[in-house]
Amino acid sequence: MIQEDIVRHGISRLMGLVPTLLMLITIAFFLIRVAPGGPFDSEKPLPPEIRANLDAKYHLDEPLIQQYFRYLGQILVLDFGPSYQYKDWTVNELIARGFPVSLTIGALAMVLAFVLGTLIGITAALRQNSWVDYGAMGFAMLGMSIPNFVIAPALILLLAVNAGWLPAGGWDWSIQRMVLPVITLALPVIAYIARLTRGSMIEVLHSNYIRTARSKGLPKRIVIGRHALKPALLPVISYMGPATAGLITGSVIVEQIYSIPGIGSYFVQGALNRDYTLVMGVVIFYGVIIIVLNFIVDMLYAWLNPRIRYDEGR
Amino acid sequence: MAVSCGGEGDGPEGGRSSRPQPVEEVLLDGRPIPSVLADEQVLIRGNGEEPQTLDPHLAEGVPSGHILRDLFEGLTTEAPDGRIIPGAASRWNISGDGLTYTFYLRRDGAWSNGDALTAEDFVFSIRRSADPVTASNYGNMLYPIASAREVLSGELPTDALGVTSLDRFTLQITLTDPTPYFLNLLAHPSLYPVHRASLEAHGRRFSRPGNLVSNGAYMLEEWAIRSHIGLVKNPNYHGVDDVILERVRYLPIEDQSTELKTFRAGEMHWTYEVPNNQFKWLRENYPDELVVSPWLGSYFFGFNLLREPFIDSPDLRRALVLAIDRDVLTDKVTQFGELPSYNLVPPGVTDYEPAIPDYASWTQEEREAEARRLYALAGYSAEKPLRVEIRYNTSENHKKVALAIASMWKQVLGAIATLVNEEWKVFLQNRDQQVVTQVFRAGWIGDYNDPHTFLSLFHSDHGLNDYGYSNSTVDTLLQEISSERIPGRRQRMMQETERIIIEDDPILLVYTYVTRRLVDSRVRGWQDNVMDHHYSRGMYILKARSASSGRAKPADEGGE
Repeated sequence: MIQEDIVRHGISRLMGLVPTLLMLITIAFFLIRVAPGGPFDSEKPLPPEIRANLDAKYHLDEPLIQQYFRYLGQILVLDFGPSYQYKDWTVNELIARGFPVSLTIGALAMVLAFVLGTLIGITAALRQNSWVDYGAMGFAMLGMSIPNFVIAPALILLLAVNAGWLPAGGWDWSIQRMVLPVITLALPVIAYIARLTRGSMIEVLHSNYIRTARSKGLPKRIVIGRHALKPALLPVISYMGPATAGLITGSVIVEQIYSIPGIGSYFVQGALNRDYTLVMGVVIFYGVIIIVLNFIVDMLYAWLNPRIRYDEGR
Repeated sequence: MAVSCGGEGDGPEGGRSSRPQPVEEVLLDGRPIPSVLADEQVLIRGNGEEPQTLDPHLAEGVPSGHILRDLFEGLTTEAPDGRIIPGAASRWNISGDGLTYTFYLRRDGAWSNGDALTAEDFVFSIRRSADPVTASNYGNMLYPIASAREVLSGELPTDALGVTSLDRFTLQITLTDPTPYFLNLLAHPSLYPVHRASLEAHGRRFSRPGNLVSNGAYMLEEWAIRSHIGLVKNPNYHGVDDVILERVRYLPIEDQSTELKTFRAGEMHWTYEVPNNQFKWLRENYPDELVVSPWLGSYFFGFNLLREPFIDSPDLRRALVLAIDRDVLTDKVTQFGELPSYNLVPPGVTDYEPAIPDYASWTQEEREAEARRLYALAGYSAEKPLRVEIRYNTSENHKKVALAIASMWKQVLGAIATLVNEEWKVFLQNRDQQVVTQVFRAGWIGDYNDPHTFLSLFHSDHGLNDYGYSNSTVDTLLQEISSERIPGRRQRMMQETERIIIEDDPILLVYTYVTRRLVDSRVRGWQDNVMDHHYSRGMYILKARSASSGRAKPADEGGE
């Protein structure tokens, strides 16, 4: 019966995806077109006949609404079109080559952040108001407040330029080149997860049922592991959906500083260059990922917290 | 355009460069003897951004240019010092009227797959470059060729273009006007040959590794987008015996600080640029590696002559031009060895004596006194100061310069300038529309080594004439310059054109650009040139003095 609830909940969530995506595509499509300038404006202006050739090649000479429907038609067959800026590549190819890179370091960073973050958070909660707690939360504050464009160059300077242990940047799928970007990406997430875990763990530890479990004389290990951990992780899980989407779609700053060929830079570069197809491609891609991850989180949530399922039945 | 994030960390630590130093270079017939060469001849070059394309006819932007010059070779090419020398054509004749060029291709010219390089290849390629379907954005490079404009606009078919093959190795190109810099244009990617068979077989994917057939000193080995592009020596290149570097690796590193760190970690020989805010530190710590040289580019600000306060206001514009101290600007503000400039055409353009205005030789006090006189003459005073906007696209450097100009105007004239910064494309649009702009950042990097590339910007109809500048004498002179064949006369006419433009003050000249980069001192075989074109084919890497493996290693241990 519980299974059925989850499935029904899942299907109703899935139904909401299509209109959400359509909205996303429409808004993004018209927003980027409203921005002044176009993909072929540059410091060296093109003679009119050459400009006309380019516009014709990319159908930019058609009325906007016609271009919109042409684009929707392409999306249906999953064709994001050619990039205006990287002319030898299609947007599909750019995402196909960049995403595995972003996914790898993003996923590694998330795993690292989850493991370390929850461990630190639980440890701090169990020793609330001790020096361990203060130390851990102090670290978390630092991790959250130092921006990654400070951490990244500092790490390169220390570990690559001065010590020479790791490469300064670049990408070839080797572990050495992943270490620094993964740490940089993970640090603020570790910090955030540690704080979330600590907070909710303390709350759970003070709840009646834990007190009951303790007073019954259950060993601490069981109380924490079996009864407190699951509810304490609820806020972490709901944070992880969007956080994972953010991490695996790359970070502009981390990609720039470590010169990593992920897809994060495409959001910014694409928008700055008015590379319409590239921007649309990454926006839709990001949209789908965030929707899928939120969906997974929802399902996990329903599984972890029965209250959600009862609410659904109203 | 790259934004550099927090370079502060590079400052204090780490004394003088402890990079491996080269052994003594020994040349024999102008070539290094083998025993001084490093075992591994692989050059790693920073290349700014990911190149937009490796299709020479679609290419634009500096990063693609660097790679394409290694991959392909036009009818002419450039020597390390920038001189035009024979490329795929071993020699040529120019007809008496300057309108017909006959090129004799090298008999040993070949594509990287072994196919012979023929006149027919050039006919096909130049037609493709002009074809509206190709939609090349450098099509204007072809304008001097007969019927090129009509072909580009689709009025005539591509075979109407003035390019024919007389026989297998002889090519004839006819021009509309004698264009003295035409041989320079032929070294530009938009006139490179492309391999017809592979283009027809692979279509848009012809520029991928494995598909791309090229005729230059190198061929494409790998292309990991936004990671690296690897080139390997082309065994079929006619000059292969003189090519020493086995491989060239281009790294698209956008962030200047990251590029610097990569260089310092010994993972790169040649940077694309250096961080703007670290010139002093670099000069102290990398004196042997830091290379600063004049570039074919002028940095200036434009006045919108179609809008108040600049309509019919020669006195005001001249006052603003005179009031700024260019030496202070370059020495104290930009601090990168830029050359203060008062005229449009940068120094170093071949066979040209720039038209330098009188006030360039005045003292700054004289200039300021004259500025104040003209400012008053234009009807401004302390009670009624000039209020004006300086507009620039978002960038640290532009901001610093605009701020300095505003404060100089304030100090010398009492004029009140406000700064407006805009995102790049917004800025371009505003500049082009000429409605909201007053003073705006401008500049120009020459497309070819001839004053014409700078002067033609000031023709009434030029697409980049965002000043609304129109002087019929200049228009007529520009027309005459295009058809003038006698070099001395042409030179004088260009000088006269430049003089008139500067006299009219549509722009406020600030400085001549310089290129600045770090080059490993073991890398040789290149020279400074105003085009900043550095072909890898002439370069080589010397052994390191304390030579271990010849491979670049992080220079941490050992110290001095």
